[in-house]
Amino acid sequence: MDLSLIDINWQVITPQIILAVFGFVLLLLEAFLPKDKKGILPHLAWIGIALSFFFSVNLFGSGFSGFNGMALADNFALFFSFIFLISSFLVVLLSISFLKREEQVRGDYYALLLFATLGMMLMASSFDLIVIFLGLEIVSVSLYILSGFRKKDPKSNEASMKFFLMGSFATSFLIFGIALIYGNFGTTNLEKILFLAPFSGVFAGASEFLLYAGIGFLIVGFGFKIASVPFHMWMPDVFEGAPTPIAGFISAGPKAAGFAALLRIFLLAFSSIKPDWTLIFWILAVLSMTTGNLLALWQTNLKRLLAYSSIAHGGYILIAFVSGSNSAISGVLFYLSAYILMNLGAFAVIISMGSKEKEGTDLYKEYAGAGLKNPFLGVFMAIFMLSLAGFPPTAGFFAKFYIFSSAIKSGYLGLVIIAVINSLISVYYYLRVIVYMFMRPSAEEVKPVSIPFSLGLVILLTGIGILALGILPQELLNLAYNSIF
Amino acid sequence: MPSDYAFVGLFLVFGVAFVLFVFLLSKLIAPYKPNPVKKENYECGEVPIGQGWVQFNVRYYLFAIIFVIFDVEVVFLFPWAVVYKSLGFFAFIEMLIFIAILIFGLVYVWRKGALKWV
Repeated sequence: MDLSLIDINWQVITPQIILAVFGFVLLLLEAFLPKDKKGILPHLAWIGIALSFFFSVNLFGSGFSGFNGMALADNFALFFSFIFLISSFLVVLLSISFLKREEQVRGDYYALLLFATLGMMLMASSFDLIVIFLGLEIVSVSLYILSGFRKKDPKSNEASMKFFLMGSFATSFLIFGIALIYGNFGTTNLEKILFLAPFSGVFAGASEFLLYAGIGFLIVGFGFKIASVPFHMWMPDVFEGAPTPIAGFISAGPKAAGFAALLRIFLLAFSSIKPDWTLIFWILAVLSMTTGNLLALWQTNLKRLLAYSSIAHGGYILIAFVSGSNSAISGVLFYLSAYILMNLGAFAVIISMGSKEKEGTDLYKEYAGAGLKNPFLGVFMAIFMLSLAGFPPTAGFFAKFYIFSSAIKSGYLGLVIIAVINSLISVYYYLRVIVYMFMRPSAEEVKPVSIPFSLGLVILLTGIGILALGILPQELLNLAYNSIF
Repeated sequence: MPSDYAFVGLFLVFGVAFVLFVFLLSKLIAPYKPNPVKKENYECGEVPIGQGWVQFNVRYYLFAIIFVIFDVEVVFLFPWAVVYKSLGFFAFIEMLIFIAILIFGLVYVWRKGALKWV
């Protein structure tokens, strides 16, 4: 075998290599630095992310590929890389003061964050099911450890254990689905599958059933990662137990990565047999929206509330898979960009409200009247909640608008009506947070909190980002439209 | 291609049947003459201390995991060594990077004190 025949193109994976190198350096520094010098570790982490971002921007528009299609740097992959890197950057900023508060300033935490980001980038930037699977495993294993990072808190342990058991169970479905699809086409390359899929019944004889079984298994596996109902059970428990920045991270990056892989697999490789799987996504979308929103109505723990809201938002995004048009795909890209901003912003407020003793998640006790005592947090929390509910002029409004309008254009009016009713239901629990923060007499223990610089920066950046995208959505929308595969 | 999967099915059936068959066979034809020495736990030839049903120190788990890492490394190293000449210099560098990453892990584990028996 001659290795020089394989088209190796290191340039394609420079952003990933940078993350990996910084991850290793962080691990080694964690092992060798004296305790009082560990304050520099988070700064190293965000520098690594920024460098990786810089190289990704340089690759944008190049359309390079390498390793025989196993690594891509097309615009679609890079757009998702931007989403992942921005969310990881914000999570690093969220973690600085959080870990200091918990007296857990550790390099391996940031190393795992970088490795998880690397995994997500692999998921979005490959034409090969095996590489997608590999990336997904890197993300999952990092997250299992990170969600159990508060070792002495039983809830954190519970979150980690539940996440691990259910996650590995779902992964087995995914890998079995990949095996069946390989059995059908003799390849794991999505580009080749794209050409073979229309003929699956022709020269494969009776094996069409196995193809559909494989597609079903893939949907189960990815359905778990994007927490769509009925594969959502892990999410509220993991959110409640995991360290708050990690809960925010799980809702942003890994979820977007799951959607990236799903988009590539279903709207590219299996696009020719779309009528066969549209109904499944229709059902998943309706179930996710309705269950997520109805269960969120009863939550008084803000982290659990955001978990159910995240499930519901997953449902809205799944509408795009049903309509499947180009404008739907760019709608997903826009939606995810807006979603990471508003969700991480909300998590930043939760972290600011908490302290070492309490988490800052109890709506009744810790948020009643808190908006008047902490106007900065109150105003920005209101912006995040309005955006999550989908009010103009915030990014959340346009995100929903693009996805719904593309579904109407594709003729799925019924689905959009269900989605709009769901949006109306969700207004209740998002506005309730604002009502509690501003219009309820404050409980005694609610006091003005001092906000660390890094947290304030995240809140400010995400808040401004949401308003900017809500007032001038065109720029990002054009970028998203140019990033369709 | 359903016939291809039929092989897998046959393999499964025969695999299960074979295991059951062997167990049954040894039950049928093996003489059964127990004595205290035979019924003892096997501990690599040492005289066993206490029962087999003891709680193991959780620390063994850590060592087992670290052992697995290097076990897997060997799985990669052997095929590479066999075809080393035809793969050339590039594969050599690749392997060095692979081993370097594992050594990073070892250094981390070592420094964190996971190899110390406390």
